[in-house]
Amino acid sequence: MIWEALVQPFAEFAFMRRALMGCVAISVGGTPVGVFLLLRRMSLTGDAMAHAILPGAAIGFLIAGLSLGAMTVGGLIAGMAVALLSGFVARVTALREDASLAAFYLISLALGVLIVSMRGSNVDLMHVLFGTVLALDNATLTLLCSITSVTLVALAFIFRPLVLECADPQFLRSVSRFSTVTHFTFLALVVMNLVGGFHALGTLMAVGIMILPAAAARFWAAGIGGLIAAAVAIAILSSVSGLLVSYHFGLPSGPTIILLAGLVYGMSLAFGPVGSLTAPVFRVRVDA
Amino acid sequence: MTYALAFENLTLGYDRHPAVRQLDGQVAEGSLTAVVGPNGAGKSTLLKGVTGLLPPIAGRVRFGTCTHNDIAYLPQQSDIDRSFPITVVDLVAVGLWSQIGGFSGLSTADRTLVDGAIAAVGLTGFESRFIDSLSGGQFQRALFARLLLQDARLVLLDEPFTAIDPKTMADLLGVVRRWHGEGRTVIAVLHDTEAVRAHFPETLILARDLVAHGPTAQVLTAANQFRARQMCEACDGPPHDCGRQAS
Repeated sequence: MIWEALVQPFAEFAFMRRALMGCVAISVGGTPVGVFLLLRRMSLTGDAMAHAILPGAAIGFLIAGLSLGAMTVGGLIAGMAVALLSGFVARVTALREDASLAAFYLISLALGVLIVSMRGSNVDLMHVLFGTVLALDNATLTLLCSITSVTLVALAFIFRPLVLECADPQFLRSVSRFSTVTHFTFLALVVMNLVGGFHALGTLMAVGIMILPAAAARFWAAGIGGLIAAAVAIAILSSVSGLLVSYHFGLPSGPTIILLAGLVYGMSLAFGPVGSLTAPVFRVRVDA
Repeated sequence: MTYALAFENLTLGYDRHPAVRQLDGQVAEGSLTAVVGPNGAGKSTLLKGVTGLLPPIAGRVRFGTCTHNDIAYLPQQSDIDRSFPITVVDLVAVGLWSQIGGFSGLSTADRTLVDGAIAAVGLTGFESRFIDSLSGGQFQRALFARLLLQDARLVLLDEPFTAIDPKTMADLLGVVRRWHGEGRTVIAVLHDTEAVRAHFPETLILARDLVAHGPTAQVLTAANQFRARQMCEACDGPPHDCGRQAS
């Protein structure tokens, strides 16, 4: 019974094993990046950049069809361009960065949908917007795992400067020249993981697996190491259970995974031990 | 006179609006200088200019006995994200950045230094507390511990005692005196003229333009402070806080 519910789908079908591997890769690499997005109060920036990837991937699609390489390169270029451009616009004009990001991503989203529709069918559009986690081929899996490996190594290298860049950027700037390098390395990691997430979960859902587990983890751990560990655990849990639920009930996988991550977030918000709605209640009871 | 740093026709500002204009003067090696003046007089801007975070519009800061790498800078508290999940010991330990850099770990000797700095500001026992659980005074003590570890020849403090309880202020003034005794150069932006008179031998009064600079007893007079307020009210650009609470 438990075997059939939890293990058999993966044991029986290769596409489920691939989906599992892809989701775990995204969870392990993307979620720590999501934790830092959250701590830098850039959650919405991540969302905007996820949308911004679309026209780049769409142009790749226009040129080469559903080609992994073309869409990846296009997405990377578009994501970095929007990240840099919105920062630039915020610096040289009166518009604040959140407003310029919103402007850029709305334009990007419309442009991306238009470009995909020009050549592809509605199926292609759904593929781009919501991903195809159940149809990951070897090349895509290799890409996802590579992105995760690069992300983890890069995060290990920039960890201390990145923590300082979030907590006390002035201090970092006053003691070292790492500040700018750290900022742009981090942006590059965000874009890379969004592009990876895009292949599995689509542009609209990619940022979900980065931000929702990170937000949920905030109610489980206080320190940054604990936050990352809790977020990765929650992301993997949501991925596995999301795949199983979608398999047994015939639901689309990407949205199911994100919804389950949302469910964990809701539960954490209500019952988590750190700063949740009920945490003060429990603390009073313990003290009393 | 050997000088730690000198201002040469220094003009600093944002978006081409000068906040400090054509400042000349020298800060002596080992001196303890208070920078006072009305709000909007360019005091914080001057410190940012010295650190190099804000490049000058004109003129320059010339370093004498100090170099750019000898600076420890404490900005106003509001510039730090107090909700970030970092512990006191981690926040303090990065004061050793010039030795440990971005990657290497803390040696046993480094840990002793960190513990010593935390003890020196009276925060022993708070090491593993997160900074969002500290009071304003405790947090400022932690930042002073980090400054201690930076072991800098030139210490810049931007309103270090604003919204701090008297006991903490007295303790941290003790740290400042210790730096002075060790021959370090200290420049502090302050509002509290009583504290300036009691603890700071040199004073620089700023109202975008230099009002006066010299021994505190000669410089920090009612006449000079009045002149600073007038100059700041008369200054061009947006009036914002010019002249209000010049204490």
